[in-house]
Amino acid sequence: MSTFGRKPPVTQTPGGQDRAGGGLYARDRAWHPAPLTPPYKTSVARSPMRAPISFPTTLSEETGPVFTHDMLGQLDADLIHNYAKSPDGAIGPRIVVQGRVLDQDGRGVPHALVEVWQANAGGRYRHKKEGYLAPLDPDFGGCGRCLTDEFGNYEFRTIQPGPYPWPNGPNDWRPAHIHFSVFGQSWGQRLITQMYFDGDPMIWHCPIVGTIPSREGIESLVARLDMEATIPMDARVYRFDIVLRGRRQTLFENRMEGL
Amino acid sequence: MQRIERLKESPSQTAGPYVHIGALPNFAEIEGVYDEDLGHRMITGEAKGERITIRGTVFDGTGAALRDAMVEIWQADAQGRYPGQDGADPAFAGWGRQAGDMETGEFAFETVKPGPVAFRDGRLMAPHVSVWIVARGINLGLQTRLYFADEAETNATDPILARIEHRDRIGTLMARPEGDGVYRFDIRLQGEDETIFFDI
Repeated sequence: MSTFGRKPPVTQTPGGQDRAGGGLYARDRAWHPAPLTPPYKTSVARSPMRAPISFPTTLSEETGPVFTHDMLGQLDADLIHNYAKSPDGAIGPRIVVQGRVLDQDGRGVPHALVEVWQANAGGRYRHKKEGYLAPLDPDFGGCGRCLTDEFGNYEFRTIQPGPYPWPNGPNDWRPAHIHFSVFGQSWGQRLITQMYFDGDPMIWHCPIVGTIPSREGIESLVARLDMEATIPMDARVYRFDIVLRGRRQTLFENRMEGL
Repeated sequence: MQRIERLKESPSQTAGPYVHIGALPNFAEIEGVYDEDLGHRMITGEAKGERITIRGTVFDGTGAALRDAMVEIWQADAQGRYPGQDGADPAFAGWGRQAGDMETGEFAFETVKPGPVAFRDGRLMAPHVSVWIVARGINLGLQTRLYFADEAETNATDPILARIEHRDRIGTLMARPEGDGVYRFDIRLQGEDETIFFDI
């Protein structure tokens, strides 16, 4: 039995052959960070210099892997407990991160795989190439994952990560952040980004944040504290929505697909 | 005038040096959280078609191998069908995810050679694998395609390859057979032999 696969957004030619649907909205490359961003030094030798070549999306870009609940474990979305040996869990300010995965037309993206990783409350990652002097938390691994529900909602329980210094400029620090990797419904929507925290002054000093060309773009990655949703005597809630590329739909196509 | 309410895509941020923690925690030696890293196995049973191994290394503009990159691939099965399409091979996942080796940077995918897939107008595209590369220093995941150097006939009529103006760059998309089912596909982020990347 295949655990992968969903009906891709295809239409059929009169001959019965699958072909691509309406195609994805073009990606606005001026809104995303450019490949070459010298204040983020590592980008200098890792940025393509030639223009990327465009082509209309095909089945190869409009299909994508599908993930199902049987691939995930019970505690996958609970970073406080999914690595911990102690029943108390990881050390740090307890938070819930919740939000929706949407497409550009505001539709919730169901069954999207959302994977996160982050430093511990002291700003230290559990990784063999990481050398920051802040200590590891024996009860914190730093990874989590979940699937969105039918409306595109997702939720993680974790601890608020700490800021940390990194070798770039002589005194560069990353603001507290959580990395997000998202699979939508097609390969062409694949996205990795980072979530920042409402009110963190470090955001505006970070060369990686600064690769995003506009203030509006940066602010779209800042999660808002949601006091109404906050769980009394337990955890504060941060709200973070993620937008993936949308897909063109025509009336003709809708009829073909019976949407 | 009426307004069009359309959202902006969330801006990309680099995957950073610790992408393995979230995407391949067992590889990163964070054990006991997930049973298995997702994308680790593409062949989940008696998959049809020719078994192949895709090996490669991602190089930066100075010629140094990236030892912190993560590569994902997406491809059709041996019959040219993607998972989810009618008749797709149930023993083939289509999607794979691997890290470059932390010492050498080399990645490897055990997969099957894909069959041809239809282009938008029904013409067939040559067998190909979609490839996505992220790493520290890459601000937006890079999309490219792997074609097979030993499929010269279908490559010659592929509608995507036909769009490429600088014909001498097409070789950067060709995986070369090394025998025993191994194909080499090195990726050069920058420089004279910069791989062709796509804006799709």
